[in-house]
Amino acid sequence: MRLTLPLAASTGAQTDLLLLGLLAVSLAVLGLVFWLMLVYAIRYRHNSPVDRGALAEKSFRFEISWTVATLVIFFGLFIWGSTIYVRLYQPPANALKVYVVAKQWMWKIEHAGGQREINALHIPVDTPIELIMTSEDVIHDFFVPAFRVKRDVLPGQYETMWFRPDRIGTYHLFCSQFCGTAHSNMIGDVVVMSAQDYAGWLTTSGGGKTLAAQGKGLFIRYGCAGCHLGGGTVRAPSLVGLYGSPVPLSDGSTAIADDRYIRDSIMQPKSQVVASYEPIMPSFANVIGEDDLVRLVAYIHSLAAEKHG
Amino acid sequence: MSQIVLPQSQISYLSDGVSLRSWLLTTDHKRIAILYMISITFFFFLGGSAAALIRYNLLVPQGMIQSAETYNRLFTMHGIIMVWFFLVPAVPVTIGNFMLPLMLGARDLAFPKLNLISWYLFMAGGACALYALFSGGIDTGWTFYTPLSSNYAQGHVAAVVIGIFISGFSSIATGLNFIVTIHRLRAPGLTWYRLPVFVWSLYSTSVIFVLATPVLAITLILLLFETLFHVGVFDPRLGGDPLLFQHLFWFYSHPAVYIMILPGLGVVSEIIPVFARKELFGYKFVVWASVSIAVIAFFVWGHHMFVSGQSLFASVTFSLLSYFVAVPSAIKVFNWLGTLHKGHIRFDAPMIYAFGFIGLFTMGGLTGLFLAALAADVELHDTYFVVAHFHYIMVGGMVSAYFAALHYWWPKMTGKMYPEMLARAAALLMFLGFNVTFFPQFILGYLGMPRRYHAYPPEFQVLNVLSSAGATILAAAYLMPLVYLTFSLFRGDRAPANPWGGLGLEWQTPSPPFTINFVVTPVVTKGPYEFPKPGIEPSDV
Ligand code: HEC
Ligand SMILES: [Cu+2]
Ligand SMILES: [Cu+2]
Repeated sequence: MRLTLPLAASTGAQTDLLLLGLLAVSLAVLGLVFWLMLVYAIRYRHNSPVDRGALAEKSFRFEISWTVATLVIFFGLFIWGSTIYVRLYQPPANALKVYVVAKQWMWKIEHAGGQREINALHIPVDTPIELIMTSEDVIHDFFVPAFRVKRDVLPGQYETMWFRPDRIGTYHLFCSQFCGTAHSNMIGDVVVMSAQDYAGWLTTSGGGKTLAAQGKGLFIRYGCAGCHLGGGTVRAPSLVGLYGSPVPLSDGSTAIADDRYIRDSIMQPKSQVVASYEPIMPSFANVIGEDDLVRLVAYIHSLAAEKHG
Repeated sequence: MSQIVLPQSQISYLSDGVSLRSWLLTTDHKRIAILYMISITFFFFLGGSAAALIRYNLLVPQGMIQSAETYNRLFTMHGIIMVWFFLVPAVPVTIGNFMLPLMLGARDLAFPKLNLISWYLFMAGGACALYALFSGGIDTGWTFYTPLSSNYAQGHVAAVVIGIFISGFSSIATGLNFIVTIHRLRAPGLTWYRLPVFVWSLYSTSVIFVLATPVLAITLILLLFETLFHVGVFDPRLGGDPLLFQHLFWFYSHPAVYIMILPGLGVVSEIIPVFARKELFGYKFVVWASVSIAVIAFFVWGHHMFVSGQSLFASVTFSLLSYFVAVPSAIKVFNWLGTLHKGHIRFDAPMIYAFGFIGLFTMGGLTGLFLAALAADVELHDTYFVVAHFHYIMVGGMVSAYFAALHYWWPKMTGKMYPEMLARAAALLMFLGFNVTFFPQFILGYLGMPRRYHAYPPEFQVLNVLSSAGATILAAAYLMPLVYLTFSLFRGDRAPANPWGGLGLEWQTPSPPFTINFVVTPVVTKGPYEFPKPGIEPSDV
């Protein structure tokens, strides 16, 4: 029986250190409390003749000192835990994006190259991976203990999470948010492969058309092209170069066009209207399913590369 | 021998009418406390049976119980019964109800009829929830996360929700009753700083009852609207926001955690000075720690949502505030240790339970520090680590405190002494069984086993079997008091008025107290813990 959890992501090393630090603090405090309880229980039992001497009268000083000591230690732990969390919040720009669509009770994984898998995630080692996740029904949670990451997967919005696997192997994937009957069956494998094996896996796992290419077809089928490719009677912003850039909104604020923004623009266009455009884009909520949405987003993503390179 | 006829004022509350009617229509806070005690004992063993089946299922990786459906309904039932029908009411409405007027030198609570109505509301809510849980049950978990509970779950979600909703009014009424009583009915000379800490903790608890429970009620109403009429509040398909539910739910449920533990902290602060025969160390700090817990408790709900998708700013803020709320709890532990220092410590059963409480509560609190640290919570959230953490607080802490209180005040409430040696043995066995059950769960959680799993990967089996083995010890330990306390009712020795040498007003009444509590209203001239200073031998009581 193992009592330690193998670590397979370089991003998790700091978490492990933090856990160790917390353990040390806890053991020290626990040791102190238990030790004092034991010593007092023996030394000051009611029939022990030990001289109790004068009572410590200045309770105020004790109170202030242990309150301050606790505050300082706690504040240190807070800073420590938060720094790591904040640092791990923003994925690096070069991360490999993989889309995850959860539903009762399976994980559907979509790779940019068009490869699809269910309850398994194949990824290359030593590469930052960013997951863009959503759910078709209830809240699920993507949890890979060996990477020290987990994040709730919500219906109706994108959640992202990233990590950098650094050990080849197969690791548990758990759903850790209770999601109904087969919650404990909503598990799978995360397979970390060498770059070579990964390339091999990509070619043998089919895919055919890339996600973006499939998205391009959908872009025409859902009638987006009619407005967004210009030439028509309506005025709509060009989506070329949109991904990742700042967008001025009609309410005066600015948004960064990430996956979540693009998703919201399609599903709830009225919630963020691009400055100097009319809010005429129809909502596609309940029209486009999560799977197609992933393709459209990937397509719009690919338009950014078109502009830059 | 001639029969001595007692004046009407000097009849014990237990002999003041024996008909069922005299109990069910009583407005005596002491009798209502007994009614509550019988009810929550029933709920405790019901919820406990569900727990036993949960531990039984987890003996093997694929689950001993055939269907995941059944397992899910079991842990939902366990959570709902234990939280709303045992832990939340446990100490306040039983021990609190009984002792509060006695500790204040009052005749009864401020609103005796409201007190009885509270019990009926509690029972009505309980009946409603029980009906639903037994006619099929529900599989939402006690947290009712949407949209699972509103649009995907099966079973009588609405009935359970209505049950909890109704019992919420019982909490609100009790809270109101306690607050008014503490403000208005203190005996002459009983200033705020002469109140026993237990009274202060009931006061803090009551404030949370009154302020937080309505939010739960509103949340449940919204949930019902979505479930029954498909009004989109929480389900994004209907235009709702799933996170809104969690915010509302935890806005109640986090303070509710303190409803469940504050009275326990109060009980222990009562017991430690009496059995150490020493004044409570830092009385004012302990008192204000309770009050500040009740206040800060309202601002930490987001620490249940660090991985839920709430904003980065919210997570960081809630992490900081969660560390703040832990400070007053730490202060209490240090003050108890300060009280023990240079005391004359006796280890009667209540004190053993209190010691168990300090140990387990400290462990529960320290593991809370792990979960408040953002990066650590990302790893540990929704695993067995969390399950172990809150069971250390709720069961190791609160249930130990409940038993400590029960043993401490049992002689007063029933007029009978229980078999001391059996009581001590039960306390030790509980401590042991508890740790064997829940300590392995910390490791399981750290190793990554998610909670609410009907089946699990085989590498987790050894620790799960250990945990289940501990649960059998724990179950035996819980059955012991049921047996010997019941036995003591019929065969126990008569209890003296003040078996432990306590200084509170409740000990100045006979055991069991008169219906009218005090024949003459007591006048208070000193604090509740002014034991003779050490050096002077305490007179043996
Ligand atoms: C009726 C014309 C129309 C159709 C059809 C339409 N859009 Fe739009 N779209 C607009 C207009 C006008 C705006 C700018 C105003 C706004 O933000 O709502 C816009 C904005 C957007 C934006 C935000 C652009 C930015 O610069 O921030 C995205 C992304 C987008 N549309 C994607 C789509 C997709 C994908 C489809 C097809 C599923 C689609 N649109 C269909 C008219 C349309
Ligand atoms: Cu799930
Ligand atoms: Cu799940």
